[in-house]
Amino acid sequence: MAVLEEHFERTIEKDRRVEPRDWMPEGYRATMVRQIAQHAHSEIIGMQPEGEWITRAPSLRRKAILLAKVQDEAGHGLYLYSAAETLGVDRAELTLKLIEGRQKYSSIFNYPTLSYADVGVIGWLVDGAAICNQVPLCRSSYGPYARAMIRICKEESFHQRQGYELLLTMMAGTEAQRSLVRDAVDRWWWPSLMMFGPPDDASPNTARSMAWKIKRHTNDELRQRFVDMTVPQAEALGVTLPDPCLRWNAERGHHDFGEIDWSELKRVISGDGPCNAQRVGVRRAAHEDGAWVREAAAAHAAKAAARATGSPDAAGRAATAGGSAAGAGDGAGAAARAGATA
Amino acid sequence: MSEWPLYEVFVRSKRGLNHVHVGSLHAADDETALRHARDLYTRRNEGVSIWVVRSEHITATSPDEKDPFFAPSGDKVYRHPTFYAIPDDVPHM
Amino acid sequence: MSAAGTDHLPPASPEGQHGNAYEALNEGDDPRWAYGTGFADPLAGVDTAVPEGVDAAELAAYCLMLGDDALIMSHRLQEWCARAPELEEEVALANIALDLLGQARLLLARAGAVDGSGRDEDTLAFQRDPGEFRNVRLAEVPNGDFAHTTARLLVFATWRLALLDRLAASRDPVLAAVAAKGVKEVAYHRDYAAGWVVRLGDGTAYSRERMAEGLAAVWPLVPELFTPHPAERRLARAGVAADPAAAREEFDATLAQVLTAATLPHPAAPRRDDAPGGGAPGLDGPSTPSPDLRKPSAPGPGSQEGALGRDGAHTPALDGLLAELQSVARAHPGARW
Repeated sequence: MAVLEEHFERTIEKDRRVEPRDWMPEGYRATMVRQIAQHAHSEIIGMQPEGEWITRAPSLRRKAILLAKVQDEAGHGLYLYSAAETLGVDRAELTLKLIEGRQKYSSIFNYPTLSYADVGVIGWLVDGAAICNQVPLCRSSYGPYARAMIRICKEESFHQRQGYELLLTMMAGTEAQRSLVRDAVDRWWWPSLMMFGPPDDASPNTARSMAWKIKRHTNDELRQRFVDMTVPQAEALGVTLPDPCLRWNAERGHHDFGEIDWSELKRVISGDGPCNAQRVGVRRAAHEDGAWVREAAAAHAAKAAARATGSPDAAGRAATAGGSAAGAGDGAGAAARAGATA
Repeated sequence: MSEWPLYEVFVRSKRGLNHVHVGSLHAADDETALRHARDLYTRRNEGVSIWVVRSEHITATSPDEKDPFFAPSGDKVYRHPTFYAIPDDVPHM
Repeated sequence: MSAAGTDHLPPASPEGQHGNAYEALNEGDDPRWAYGTGFADPLAGVDTAVPEGVDAAELAAYCLMLGDDALIMSHRLQEWCARAPELEEEVALANIALDLLGQARLLLARAGAVDGSGRDEDTLAFQRDPGEFRNVRLAEVPNGDFAHTTARLLVFATWRLALLDRLAASRDPVLAAVAAKGVKEVAYHRDYAAGWVVRLGDGTAYSRERMAEGLAAVWPLVPELFTPHPAERRLARAGVAADPAAAREEFDATLAQVLTAATLPHPAAPRRDDAPGGGAPGLDGPSTPSPDLRKPSAPGPGSQEGALGRDGAHTPALDGLLAELQSVARAHPGARW
């Protein structure tokens, strides 16, 4: 055990990636599963606030953009569940935890989208904050997660831009459109800042996650970076961020900003946000209403396998072969390596 | 049992390159797995060819990614192109 | 950067040095990933003049028919967002919706350009009233369950593929180009739907019942697909349009093949109600009420007996669909998006 542990520590220390079949401390595994699952759930739940506007998009171009974006979110959820499955959990189990409220997702998605400007502001602020969080995760110590994040970050390059472009267009439109944008910015600014999580002195897991290189920056560092990136963008857009304390601090070389209402974050995280019940309810309904469809496909596959081999026993096996997730990960790792070095 | 088995997905991004593992997905059967792989992993024209294989059918080294199975090749540094010092002014190397 | 050369991850701590966080990822881009390449304008280099001897108004009307079919069908698929039975299907349904939306945009733009009204794709999509839509009613009826959606999609895609296949040889170069692109897309849609009809038909007793009901629910809408509008007939004779009546045989053959593989009875065949009282024993699933499809909604002025979607006669479902589709656009006159 000591040898394995030392090997793990050395891998982390040398900034190498931990791969699925490597020995890892249970705490590391559990932390990774929790973080990746939470991230995957956020992508899937995150489809809803914007997805509600696809059928109502005000131009066909915007409709196509939004549909592609929300589809990407489903894809990103899948990449992440796939990464989680290399740790020996399966997606069905994680989905159950989500719909039973035993695992969390980003609290930002518990706020309602009230107008089409929200689509733009989510792209600009929410995806902007996600970018700040996610780009460092491309160097996360867990290989499958880091690789999924690289893919996700590259694909998301259009998400923030489409949002900002929509807002620019709306600001150049009618006065009614401009006021929709301002209203949306007012509503989403503070929740976006909360996306980075509690302040460092109230974030008990940060130190360990940083030591394991699961996390690369503290919550407050990332939040500051986001504020610094966003302020000039707001100016270019011609909107005022709703924080009277927001100003450049030449001494620090950063923007100062006002105190976040942490009690609100706590309330929303603990399930009391405006849309918590609705979001989880939609996901649960999709999962439960789809059960007969998934079951039918599995039954057909089993029958087809039995017909192919002429053995009803083979059918039974085919039908019950479920997630061999841990095995999947190493197989994948080995195959990928073979591909890379051949 | 309604849970679909797990498949690993490999994509050849363009001609001349190997298939590379890109991730996994769930599907009821092989054919659906290919379709899902197309939908999921080539939404942006990333691929010219896709392989899928049931995860349980992959045999892998174990238990560690870096174990004695690979050690013998670890010392054959001459297999690696960077072993050979080539002057900078030699083109196309 | 690591000298090992085997590490495909981005170099250490790059993100702070970039104004745009994504630039950090694009350094030393790994050639294994090809993101967003190869997108081409399907109409690049295509002659957009109306072919000689073709009535522009009629060509525009025809483009609207095909464009509205795609727009409305896409809308119904968009409604599955966040509701699909599995995440993989979520992605697949969105792909199909996106393909159809793309076809709709090209066709509506063509309609507006040809009819001389100067209406663009958005004016046509958002400013017309239900009676001005020319889609077949198959596209507009509500979704029902996944089996119903699958049944509708199979019928729609099989029919549309047969049309597009013929249209690829249209004398109108724009229609030919749109069709050539669409054939590949819709062939995939058809195969996707066929796969699900087979899985649900051959799956469990319950899925089989759902699938049979889904097919039965959409079947009354099939004859309309093969009833050509006079404009379609004339344009078909001119070598511009595809005559839907000529596609019936291909449609029937494909459907028969899929239904056989699905071990399902043909929906046109009289249903065997073996169990007293109808449905199979032990099934307590909700039955999809068949919307009253044969009757156009509120027969307004000009509507006539036997009028179809191509004439602007629709079910009440289209009113609700368009109220949603057009809600934001109409709430903001003069806005830019």
